[in-house]
Amino acid sequence: MSRPLSVKVSVFFTVLLFVYTDFVCCNNGRRVGDSLETELSGFSVPLEHSFELDDAGKFQVRGSLLLKTGREPSVSLMQNQLSEEDRAKLKEVAAVDGLYRIRVPRVFLQADRQTECQMEGHLTAFVRACAMVESHLSDVITLHTDVSGYLIGVSIVTIPGACRGTEVEDEVDLEVFNTTLSIMAPVNAPGPETALFLERMEIETEKKGKNPQEQKSFFAKYWYLILGGAIFLMVSNSAQPPSGGGREQS
Amino acid sequence: MGKLILLLLNLIFLCDIVAAVFEDQVGKFDWRQQYVGKVRFSHFDTHMQLSKKVLIATESNVFAALNTRTGDLFWRHVDKTGLEGNIDAVLQHGQDAVLVVGNGRVLRSWDISVGGLNWEIVLDSGSFQSACLVGQQGTVKHAAVLKKSVISFHYLTNGHLKWIENLPESETVNYQAVYSSGNGQVYAMGVVPHSHIAIVAYSMDDGEIINQISVDAPWLSNIPASCAVIGQGILTCVDATTASLYTLDLHQQLQMTQVPLQSLGLEVDPGFHPYLVSHQPSPARQPLSEFLLQLGPDHHLLLQLNDGQIVTLRDFKPALLVSFATTGEKTVAAVMSPKNKTACSINLFSSETGRRLLDTTLIFTVDPNGGKPERLHVQAFLKKDDSVGYRVMVQTEDHALIFIQQPGRVMWTREEALSDVVTMEMVDLPLTGTQAELEGEFGKKADGLMSMVVKRLSSQLIMLQAWIAHLWKLFYDARKPRSQVKNDVTIENLSRDEFNLQKMMVMVTASGKLFGIDSKTGSILWKHYLDNIPPNAAFKLIVQRTTAHFPHPPQCTLLIKDKDSGLATLHVFNPIFGRKSHVTPPALSRPILQSLLLPLIDQDYAKVLLLVDDQYKVSAFPSTKNVLQQLQETAASIFFYLVDSSQGRLSGYRLRTDLSTEQVWEVVIPNEVQKIVSVKGKRPNEHVHSQGRVMGDRSVLYKYLNPNLLAVVTESTDLHQERSFIGILLIDGVTGRIIHEAVQRKARGPVHVVHSENWVVYEYWSTKSRRNEFSVIELYEGMELYNSTVFSSLDRPNAPHVLQQSYIFPASISTMEATLTEKGITSRHLLIGLPSGGILSLPKMFLDPRRPEIVSEQSREENLIPYAPELIIRTEWFINYNQTVSRVRGIYTAPSGLESTCMVVAYGLDIYQTRVYPSKQFDVLKDDYDYMLISSVLFALFFATMISKRLAEVKLLNRAWR
Repeated sequence: MSRPLSVKVSVFFTVLLFVYTDFVCCNNGRRVGDSLETELSGFSVPLEHSFELDDAGKFQVRGSLLLKTGREPSVSLMQNQLSEEDRAKLKEVAAVDGLYRIRVPRVFLQADRQTECQMEGHLTAFVRACAMVESHLSDVITLHTDVSGYLIGVSIVTIPGACRGTEVEDEVDLEVFNTTLSIMAPVNAPGPETALFLERMEIETEKKGKNPQEQKSFFAKYWYLILGGAIFLMVSNSAQPPSGGGREQS
Repeated sequence: MGKLILLLLNLIFLCDIVAAVFEDQVGKFDWRQQYVGKVRFSHFDTHMQLSKKVLIATESNVFAALNTRTGDLFWRHVDKTGLEGNIDAVLQHGQDAVLVVGNGRVLRSWDISVGGLNWEIVLDSGSFQSACLVGQQGTVKHAAVLKKSVISFHYLTNGHLKWIENLPESETVNYQAVYSSGNGQVYAMGVVPHSHIAIVAYSMDDGEIINQISVDAPWLSNIPASCAVIGQGILTCVDATTASLYTLDLHQQLQMTQVPLQSLGLEVDPGFHPYLVSHQPSPARQPLSEFLLQLGPDHHLLLQLNDGQIVTLRDFKPALLVSFATTGEKTVAAVMSPKNKTACSINLFSSETGRRLLDTTLIFTVDPNGGKPERLHVQAFLKKDDSVGYRVMVQTEDHALIFIQQPGRVMWTREEALSDVVTMEMVDLPLTGTQAELEGEFGKKADGLMSMVVKRLSSQLIMLQAWIAHLWKLFYDARKPRSQVKNDVTIENLSRDEFNLQKMMVMVTASGKLFGIDSKTGSILWKHYLDNIPPNAAFKLIVQRTTAHFPHPPQCTLLIKDKDSGLATLHVFNPIFGRKSHVTPPALSRPILQSLLLPLIDQDYAKVLLLVDDQYKVSAFPSTKNVLQQLQETAASIFFYLVDSSQGRLSGYRLRTDLSTEQVWEVVIPNEVQKIVSVKGKRPNEHVHSQGRVMGDRSVLYKYLNPNLLAVVTESTDLHQERSFIGILLIDGVTGRIIHEAVQRKARGPVHVVHSENWVVYEYWSTKSRRNEFSVIELYEGMELYNSTVFSSLDRPNAPHVLQQSYIFPASISTMEATLTEKGITSRHLLIGLPSGGILSLPKMFLDPRRPEIVSEQSREENLIPYAPELIIRTEWFINYNQTVSRVRGIYTAPSGLESTCMVVAYGLDIYQTRVYPSKQFDVLKDDYDYMLISSVLFALFFATMISKRLAEVKLLNRAWR
């Protein structure tokens, strides 16, 4: 499995070999899930979690993320069940309001060269352990990438998210993760919508042109209103002499 | 008909937001102060005997004329910031002042009487070295400008070039000084460091080289720092290592003459670089043969050079500052010497003899809260009896200018430190004595019925007394003409007004001087200079305790951090009086990464300040037992974040009970692609009144009001206009969850961000369309609220809905801030500082991503303005009408006691304070409200009812009789 990393990648290597080295380097020699059938330009990284009574970060492998690189990256997850021991520990941690933490290594999803896909460091996130227990291990994990395909952040929330202190009796509920996983790239923020606005203006002017009623001038249409208003103003003016204005505020 | 309704609707909107100032309201609620910056050059206008001008060129690239009687500005010219507008030299001759600007890029001549530009010419490239006026036969008609490799000669009347010559051997020789004594020659003096001096004499008629000499001077490295031309063209230098003076006649000699200081009986203070000052009263004449030599920080000498012989005329020790001044034919030296701890005395000495002139003593009182005097600018004049009188302008370390007249009357003071305000806060004023008395009564613990009654009676008595005094004052003032009634604000009579509209502005300046300014009048009530501030310090001002906790005094803490080492110090003071608090701040031995103010309070009602050092250890201030206990109890819910923009790393930490921390989340934005330029949270004192928005169909769209939300702005490292972008990340500061991530493509900074309520507004430069654009992001929870009672970042699983819209803005902007009111009921406006000096109040209503493209019945019901891609600047939106605020750098907003009113301070080179009413003054009666009318109507109605009641009674009685 661990083909020597020192093999120099040369242009003469076949595509197959490319994929093969990629897969090797990204595993970093860690323990991974059972079946790892990587497709073309995909690789897997471990998803690790940690829950300790003293909140020290002791990360263990929870599963492996299969990342498909390319224009539209996608991700799938393969994860182990929680062992008896871990379940007990998770409940204990939840009882003292400890944290349940996950982490993924920093990766570059658009690497041309396989050796570049993984970078130093990890991205971490957390939820309260009690929320994890009370939601029966149903969590939503989102991976965020930036414009160029670097993984920049991971977030985890449980559904439901609250800790109400309900006791989870059934050990079976804490065995299997019920995870919703997604990968999110930044959305393109909209610019000013000039084209649509101009279109709308044009349509309006066209409408005006079509409807002869609309073409009538303002005065022609509302002369009675204006006349009425003017008379009203005149009457009210003559009835009441104007008080010293100037300082009046509008 | 629909169009008409639309038109009317628009009209209503426009009427709604018109909020202009009326002519009679100018200056009623607002004030402006104009500053010039730290003085670099100053010239008293001497060409007229009665002139009241002093010309000032400053390090803020401002050229101005001040009135010497009042200290006000006659005129001011603000140039570009940075090196481009840097004023290199000022040459004054008669009515004209010639400036070399922008490292020798431009030569300008100003008419000093009105401040008009006479002419301006662009010079050839090359770094500027020196400039001087050149005169001949008593008249000055030219100016010489020395650059790295050329010397040019200009007419003063129009700036035209007379001649320009390349300097010989300019690759090896550093030409540093130019000198002329009015004999038809111009000398360019250069040095090859630690080798020799090169002197080139040019004819001023055609630029021909008359003479070129080179003299050995292995001890010399910089001419302006150690040499001066004295007397009949004798270059005199001083050197500390050989402890000697060197003289060289520019006309004849080829050898420097060494005069050891020991032979004059003098000694240089160890470690001090000695300095020479000569004086040339007029560029058409030779410099004086007397000169000043500084040998130590407080040791000056007046020497005379006579036929190659150096004679000591007078030894001034101790003398802090010495300066020459000339009036008519007389030249004097003004010497400032320390008198005692709080005062200095200034005396005049005749420059020819070194004798002290009679009756010229002037006492200068050193402000204990100010800096030490740094420079002396002397204005000498001839009195009627032909004796010399003088005034001095003292420049201090804290950039203040103090103008003093004999015998020590301070005519005016200008606090030029205020031209560079870094941060500020507004603090409520304390209650009046009587109010405080009442407060104190309730604040104290109950101790028996009897004593409580006595206390109550005594406080009532005090209040009665104050009321009678107030009435008496009103009665007394009423008899005086209105113009004489002045309400001078002093630190003693400071008290909160009815609506809390008068506050104390605490301003922190880059020089390290703190100011307390009354927001109503703009008068400086206290100042405090902090010496030993590192030159590149970052400041953070924190209000730990407000005035609301009588009898505990209010408390502000200033965190001063050296940007290089990260080491920080705390200065704790009372913001009302400016006095240093007796609370001793903790000594911070490690660099500080982050500071946060917790809502926890100690038993003295001071909020707790947490400081995180570079080992992620947390220290609390104040750190009493009570505080530590509270911290331990709440540690699990205290989260904070750190930003390392150099590595693009954002990380979140949680506090542990032992005050150590643990990292709980981490987001890394690779800095190869983009770099973090700003991180903005929300203001902690912000209130949001309504949880949602009512839609057209009467349902409610709930806002996503996350107090922990951070707006992170990134800029791409690739600056190509097709590929550059800016990124906006909305991150929860507690969980590190990325709520929203967007990129604005083909955009470039600088980005200005405002983050408030449930919206983020940012402004950027669009490289594609070459214009400024605004974008607004609003976050909504949806039609249902997840948990309406309390917000917790840890329990908010659903991501909010994100709406975004962008607009074109027809101007570039300098800074941006949102208005803030007490309860958040008033609608919000954005206050935008424009480079033109205007401050625009743009209703947030125009930046609403729900503005519809196509108008529908529902959007009309909701009062949404139809979408238009361009935001229009209306002139009536400028809140500072014609009061231009130069180089606005920041806008500060604070709520007042009135919900409708928001206090605004814009600062930059100038300071401008005003109030804004984003939804108009709905809770205040107008100034011209007719009290007479309403009360007379009320009385009339009252009497009418009385009379009609009586009539009705009579009528009833009559009917009964019938």
